[in-house]
Amino acid sequence: MRWIKSIAREIFGLFVDDGSFAGAILIWLGLAMAGVPRAASNARWAGPALFAGLALILIESVLRFARRRTK
Amino acid sequence: MVIGLGQLEATRMGTTLVASFLASLVECVEALTVVLAVGSVRGWRSALAGAAAALALLAPIVATVGPALTRIPLHGLTRIPFHMVQLVVGAMIVLFGMRWLRKAILRAAGLIAMHDEVAAFAQRAAAIREAEASVAQLPKGAHGWDKIAFGAAFNVTMIEGAEVVFIVIAFGAGGAGLLLPASLGAAAAALVVAGSGFALHRPLARIPENTLKFLAGVVLCAFGTFWAGEGAGVAWPDGDLAIVWLIAAYLGVALALMPLCRASAHAVLAED
Repeated sequence: MRWIKSIAREIFGLFVDDGSFAGAILIWLGLAMAGVPRAASNARWAGPALFAGLALILIESVLRFARRRTK
Repeated sequence: MVIGLGQLEATRMGTTLVASFLASLVECVEALTVVLAVGSVRGWRSALAGAAAALALLAPIVATVGPALTRIPLHGLTRIPFHMVQLVVGAMIVLFGMRWLRKAILRAAGLIAMHDEVAAFAQRAAAIREAEASVAQLPKGAHGWDKIAFGAAFNVTMIEGAEVVFIVIAFGAGGAGLLLPASLGAAAAALVVAGSGFALHRPLARIPENTLKFLAGVVLCAFGTFWAGEGAGVAWPDGDLAIVWLIAAYLGVALALMPLCRASAHAVLAED
């Protein structure tokens, strides 16, 4: 059953290769679900704000990687 | 301009099909490289049988799990609210897509090495030859089956196939009627790759893997954000059409990040 372990590892690797990057995404999505009250979620800014947070996480992670490589 | 319901449905189904095709294409190319390496070193019969056995195991998973997921809100088969399913599936797609997009941006900027199918093929073929030498001609099965070839092809098809299954189910779970375009996209990708591999008998090195991963990453991020938002109760401006805006926005961010990263890459080269 080694292949089951390989598949489980591969499936996990589909979502996570940088722990802090994946963690930040999950925290932001968690905040979007728990932190945004239902009334506010009907506001037109809720969707763009969700996108903006995820985009910022991507930008920070990519630039952090680039800086680390330049050091 | 008034956009009709049919047009919105077509947009949703079309983007689902294209996204599933692009994402699955990358996985299929990776599986093909290994199956080709195994087949060329150990023989085609067992390699193809191993790949076919894995596909035969994976197909029923899509056929049963996929429709069950999309039926949740209609028949109340479980106590899990549909918005939770959307949120979880959306979060998984965001994680998956962001990982691809991040890697594609870093590769395009020259900060990490590009994936090379020819090198992967040579490496895998060498590993199989090495294994072959160390076990000193393992005997074939009763009917001439090569266990090494069967096992290696089965493993890689199962692993990459499981990823395709996830892609199809994730896209299909986004709403009623989306499983079909998601499945068609994945099936088209498998047919294109298998057909090309059959015709060429060598790895598909000319497929722009990083560009595909970049585009698929953008689309996956857009879908994931949309569904996670729907699950969290976000009312998207323009409804389903927000997916198109999200694709444009993620594309803009990713394209803007490339020159910034390239500047860092040049700094690395200058230091070396």
